Amino acid sequence: MKRRLLLSLPLLGFVVLSALLYRGLAMDPATRESAMLGEPFPDFELTTLADADRRVDASLLQGEVTLVNVWGEWCPTCKQEMPQLQALAERGIRLVGVDYKDSRAKGRAFLEEFGDPFAVNIFDPEGRLGFDLGVYGAPETFLVDADGIIRYHHTGYIAPHEVTDVILPEVTRWRD
Amino acid sequence: MARLTTWLPCLLLAVCMPALAAVEVRYFDDPVLEARYAELIAVLRCPKCQNQAIDASASPIAGDMRDRVYQLLQQGQSDQQILDYMVQRFGDYVLYNPRLEGRTLLLWGLPVALVLLSGLLVFMLVRARRHVAARGLSETERARLDSLVKGSSPDAAGTSRESTLDSSRGKDS
Repeated sequence: MKRRLLLSLPLLGFVVLSALLYRGLAMDPATRESAMLGEPFPDFELTTLADADRRVDASLLQGEVTLVNVWGEWCPTCKQEMPQLQALAERGIRLVGVDYKDSRAKGRAFLEEFGDPFAVNIFDPEGRLGFDLGVYGAPETFLVDADGIIRYHHTGYIAPHEVTDVILPEVTRWRD
Repeated sequence: MARLTTWLPCLLLAVCMPALAAVEVRYFDDPVLEARYAELIAVLRCPKCQNQAIDASASPIAGDMRDRVYQLLQQGQSDQQILDYMVQRFGDYVLYNPRLEGRTLLLWGLPVALVLLSGLLVFMLVRARRHVAARGLSETERARLDSLVKGSSPDAAGTSRESTLDSSRGKDS
């Protein structure tokens, strides 16, 4: 009996390992957590989309819980996400946009067409701020607390139900 | 035939073009730096892709990362500094060779542990088998063996008579 148990050990090990690897295969790498969680919002010095002479830096994100949304005119999902961002702004949440790898003209046209829920839009044509945030696709949304620390990261599009199911609870959580 | 030699290179070139377009060519004054660049972009994983190093990906973020690796190399940063720089932004996901730390102990330790465990298993099985062989026969087992040999001997003699080799061996014993 002991011998049989001993002999079945490799098989058992194989089964466990297979189950583990099979589970790994089904995992979506896009849902992994951002490396920036718990880190201060990266330093930057850029202009705003509206005003090429106005320079802004990371102090823009101090003092209030803010949602930072990375978008671009070239990004089709960003267009679908705008109503959700409008809804969040209407609930009194401060939104700051990062116009990522865009031209000023196209970025402005986008806001004219789809509405502008943002308090400010940081203009990041070369994607430098995006790179420091670890952004690898738009849209991405970061929740920054009153001390300027990144607390939550949403990869991809915020679906309509996620406004109340995911984003609002996170905002409330970090406001207190 | 002459026609073939004209259009075949053109066709091959057309097929290879997309691959060439994916990754830009960079020029280095220092061949050591160039080798380090090639190595770094081969071990950094594209964060947007399922499983592709940034040296083979046409994804925009992979291009940005190659740019940054190039810039950081020109600034004189070490390989480790550059890898840390990328991990800080994109997480451990970008490393094809995960680092040895608390969380990855299982990952690195499991193969070693499995080899040791199977070695132990084989050792135990071999030892158990050797133990059976060395023990010899007990009194009752010997008596039973004798009776079996005696009982089958006429039959065995009958078959061995057919070959001279067998019968000669029988004489010896």
